[in-house]
Amino acid sequence: MNIIEILNLIHEYKEYDDEGNSSGTVRAVDNVTLEVKEGDFVAILGHNGSGKSTLAKHVNGLLMPTAGSVMLLGRSVPEADPIWTVRRDAGMIFQNPDNQIIGASVEEDVAFGPENMGVPQEELADRVTEALSKAGMSAFRMSSPNALSGGQKQRVAIAGMLAMKPRVLLMDEPTAMLDPSGRKEVLKTVHELNREEGITVVLITHYMEEAADADRVIVMNEGKLIMNGTPREVFSRVEELRACKLTVPAMTELAYELKQEGLDLPDGILNWKELANALCNLN
Amino acid sequence: MQFELKDVSFSYQPDAKEPKYAVHHVSFSVEKGEFLAIIGHTGSGKSTLIQFLDGLLKPTSGKVFFNGTEITAKGYQYSNLRRLVGLVFQYPEHQLFETTVLKDVCYGPKNMGLDKEEQQARAIRALKAVRFPEDSYEKSPFDLSGGEKRRVAIAGVLAMEPECLILDEPTAGLDPHGREDILSMCRELQGSGITVILVSHSMDDVAEFAERILVMDSGELKYDGAPKEVFRHVDALEGIGLSAPETVYLMRELKKRGYDVPEVVLNTEEAKEILLDIFKK
Repeated sequence: MNIIEILNLIHEYKEYDDEGNSSGTVRAVDNVTLEVKEGDFVAILGHNGSGKSTLAKHVNGLLMPTAGSVMLLGRSVPEADPIWTVRRDAGMIFQNPDNQIIGASVEEDVAFGPENMGVPQEELADRVTEALSKAGMSAFRMSSPNALSGGQKQRVAIAGMLAMKPRVLLMDEPTAMLDPSGRKEVLKTVHELNREEGITVVLITHYMEEAADADRVIVMNEGKLIMNGTPREVFSRVEELRACKLTVPAMTELAYELKQEGLDLPDGILNWKELANALCNLN
Repeated sequence: MQFELKDVSFSYQPDAKEPKYAVHHVSFSVEKGEFLAIIGHTGSGKSTLIQFLDGLLKPTSGKVFFNGTEITAKGYQYSNLRRLVGLVFQYPEHQLFETTVLKDVCYGPKNMGLDKEEQQARAIRALKAVRFPEDSYEKSPFDLSGGEKRRVAIAGVLAMEPECLILDEPTAGLDPHGREDILSMCRELQGSGITVILVSHSMDDVAEFAERILVMDSGELKYDGAPKEVFRHVDALEGIGLSAPETVYLMRELKKRGYDVPEVVLNTEEAKEILLDIFKK
């Protein structure tokens, strides 16, 4: 079943000059059609300004289409009334963890969403317990968010989403501000949620290595969706990716360069383990 | 010598019974014109450390010298230091505020009391140094892309013509192209004689661009050396929440399988040559 269906989506921003007069439009998303199956882990790549965030913000109704349609769980997002029913089904995590935490304690922060939905008090505590446990943050329930590391804060933000029982997690560069261990812990959590809870994940990232672990990779360029395939398929197209200011994972690039020099390596190698194996198989 | 830190410690509550230290007994020096990177997990003390260099924080104990003068001494005037040591914070584009790019970059020189001509001349030099396109000087900074905004913000600091530029996570949130742009710009600045100190979470970036790396862990200076030296300790680095470039892992694996490869290789070009040597027969 397709949990997200986007058909011929167009989104235009109006531009204004210094006097506040409209001076034209910019097409941030240009005729994009995309289907995401329930339970998929999809990564969206694209340079800054390629339209990937704009696209993702249509899925939970933060932005409304200029033209085209967006369906979430079989319902039209722009027509959803009230709109927050959509946001409960598709939660969004942003880049900066400090901008999304409001509670004085972790527990309070995680309870904020469901409390606003009117979840009764008895159920609230259970939801918080469950969400914290799934995000691996149970031990920090009573902590002040200030005392947490970046990766832990992002996991609190994820727990805050989980407490609303979403079906889709939309993540807009959730690891951009984190150190390597923070990145690892957030991605591990998200992959577990995807695998064990069946939550659909849409991950926007600039880290090619993160995209290599997704089921599917989508590449945006100048508002258009230009590639859609498995990481192996997408990262085999090294030259095309370079042309739209992207790179491939470091090991994919190395394998590609070696292949250009005549080594008989398979396409779309994604990490050092695969490259080591492929090299050893040569002799 | 640009900076010298002698046995520097910092605690937010130095009078507590058992004070916790954000930085504990750290000593190092920085030569003029060096390209230095500081790495460490969140909360390891990196940001505290760079704030000493700009006089934004004063260590609880220990001494800091800038160009041979002790800046931790009583009565030291910080204003001159802050002009000579440019600090670029995380997400510096959040600090853009003027109506045009040029005006924004002029703001620093203007506050230094320079006349209008000199302000403009400095701003233009700074914008050129960050390779900002000339035809966009009159644009609103808010109409620029993320990478462009960041370069304008860095130009704003450069316009004060500092001797040393300290950048806290300058590539966070940029696409690969934007990252490469900012880092090669830093290298050019270093080429023009400026000391560059980079705080980063990206092991690939520091491995490729820095000449020397300081590794911070729980407020202590764990390693101080050339990238090839530092990334030799890949297991220890992982133990403190860091990692190494993928090429390091690849070489380690090949070595384990009996191939004669160097222990530490930091970029794909170098790895390519080595691997071709072995496997292209």
